Amino acid sequence: MPTLLRSFLLPAVITAAIAIHAPAQDRIKVGEFASLTGGNASFGQSSHKGTQLAIDDLNSAGGVLGRQLQLITEDDQSLAGQPATIVQKFIAQDKVVAVLGEVASSKSLEAAPICQQNHIPMISPASTNPKVTEVGDYIFRVCFIDPFQGTVMAKFALAHGWKKVALLTDVKQDYSVGLGEFFIKYLKENGGEIVKEQKYSSGDKDFRAQLTSLKAAQPDAIFVPGYYAEVALIGKQARLLGLKMPLLGGDGWVGDSLLKVAGNSLDGSFFSCHFAADDQSPVVQAFVKKFRARYQETPDDMAALGYDSAMILAEAMKRAGTTQGDKLRDAIAATRNHPGITGSITLDEKRNAAKPAVILTISDGGFKFQQTVAP
Amino acid sequence: MIEFLQQLANGLAQGGIYALIALGYTMIYGVLRFINFAHGDVFMLGAFAGFYVGPWVLRVSGLGPSYAGVALVLLAAMLLCALIGIGIERLCYRPLRDRPRIIVLITAIGVSLLIENVGQLVFGADPKSFPDLVIDRALVLPAWWGRLSALTITLSQVLVLGVTLLLVVLLRYIVNRTRIGLAMRALSLNPTAAQLAGVDLDRVIMFTFGLGSALAGAAGILTSIQQPSIDPLMGISAGLKAFIAAVLGGIGNLPGAVVGGVLIGLIEALVVGYLSPTYRDTIVFAVLILILIFRPAGLLGTVQREKV
Repeated sequence: MPTLLRSFLLPAVITAAIAIHAPAQDRIKVGEFASLTGGNASFGQSSHKGTQLAIDDLNSAGGVLGRQLQLITEDDQSLAGQPATIVQKFIAQDKVVAVLGEVASSKSLEAAPICQQNHIPMISPASTNPKVTEVGDYIFRVCFIDPFQGTVMAKFALAHGWKKVALLTDVKQDYSVGLGEFFIKYLKENGGEIVKEQKYSSGDKDFRAQLTSLKAAQPDAIFVPGYYAEVALIGKQARLLGLKMPLLGGDGWVGDSLLKVAGNSLDGSFFSCHFAADDQSPVVQAFVKKFRARYQETPDDMAALGYDSAMILAEAMKRAGTTQGDKLRDAIAATRNHPGITGSITLDEKRNAAKPAVILTISDGGFKFQQTVAP
Repeated sequence: MIEFLQQLANGLAQGGIYALIALGYTMIYGVLRFINFAHGDVFMLGAFAGFYVGPWVLRVSGLGPSYAGVALVLLAAMLLCALIGIGIERLCYRPLRDRPRIIVLITAIGVSLLIENVGQLVFGADPKSFPDLVIDRALVLPAWWGRLSALTITLSQVLVLGVTLLLVVLLRYIVNRTRIGLAMRALSLNPTAAQLAGVDLDRVIMFTFGLGSALAGAAGILTSIQQPSIDPLMGISAGLKAFIAAVLGGIGNLPGAVVGGVLIGLIEALVVGYLSPTYRDTIVFAVLILILIFRPAGLLGTVQREKV
């Protein structure tokens, strides 16, 4: 039956051949969700630039497992509800092998259960809330977690003799609430005192009411573990209302517009962070140079973490020798002493990164490296 | 006590902003009987007008950060917003004027979304730092204020209240003492009769949109002087609060809008200062619901019976 052979079998053979050969030529798809617009756009843009730079570096070095990487980026517009939809689409339509994102913990927490359920590894560049990786064994992060940042800043405050500290947290952000909790815990256990607690919601622009109430409590310092958009205005309004004590914060402060809006009103304040561009270590300086050449701007810590998240994923792919979910997961979990831009990264049994924190200070309208605090 | 008065002062300055925006809602409702949901976005455009035009105006006029500079930028932003408001009415609402009101209402929501998203595209989504039109500082209060001199009142707060007051007085004059004001009042009382008496409907509606939008533009500048971080979505919450203020005072009623705005500002400051900011919006909306239940026409409004 030559006709049947030709009309049926041949196409089938060709199809099968294509199916076998296709993976070798196909690019490895990695999904990235980030807040490219909306309230957290500054973070999302930065982490995306870092991630993209890493993917391009890997591709120009020949890719991973002999294949090129393809980064599929979707914008969640800083909106709740979007990450779930996007990750659903990554897995169902794009068939990604892994997911990278997000900066904001609340967004990562939305996406994580979906990745976990589908056994697709997810690496968050900068979500510091502990709950993120507690979702399941497919969820990782390359940054340190809230307890660490809250503890570091409480330690820092006590070391400076600031025992009466007031708190101003963003109730809409898991991140902010989390940092606040661990700050309070460490401070109280070590002889400090929380003299007043006030709250605000993301998107607020007027903080005079809260600051007025904080001022009446006369604290030595105020811990403001919020995001840059609000912190800038808080700093400005605090100085206008005559609050002269230093403000303390976490990595949420890092954003392009912080100093543009705050001017020099945040001078003398301190915050913990993942990365300092003025850190003179060769790894950091090489990254800064590469980033500047590509984007004509200095990378911030979100960019560095974005870069690290993609690199750890690629590293794991190489070690696993496959992009298959379970094996990739095991390889990521086995990451030890990865020489990242943000320091040596080891993933612990809880899939969190054990690594040092950097404390920066603000003076003359710029960030300055203050000190490193080890875990 | 000082803390309480300080909270009142803070609330008053914020309330002034709400009042200015609320006036626009209420005026447009007065002549057209519909809520212009894009009004909050005109407020945002006012802030961005100041952001782009401000530095240029200060440089060309050679004034630098100063009161005269603020006045110039304020005028420029008001003018721009008036034109934008008139444009929105001409393009989006006028073709629908004879349609059921719900269609215009939905169009207004569409216009609002359009402005917000085009705004993010054109201006960028991240917050922008508003230029210093005037150097904000805490005022040194005179000693004869006694214990009250411990209050912190900033230049921008005084400026906001002063300009708000000035604009409200000006608006009252326009509405009560000029021909076009008379036409506006006539139109809001009875559109058919006003037209029969020779009131040019298009012209009055255009004027109302221009005036209301100019006030929103002024509010945009004033709020940015106080809180110098602006973004394309800043109009959503401010617009919503001002809308509540307008309903609270009695929609369609000008003094009501001012009273409502100031009340909302004060309520917010006190709730945040003494309860929790988590309850701020809850309480503001609860106030709205209570007003709608017990005084549907608002604090200063009068109930109009629907004529059959």
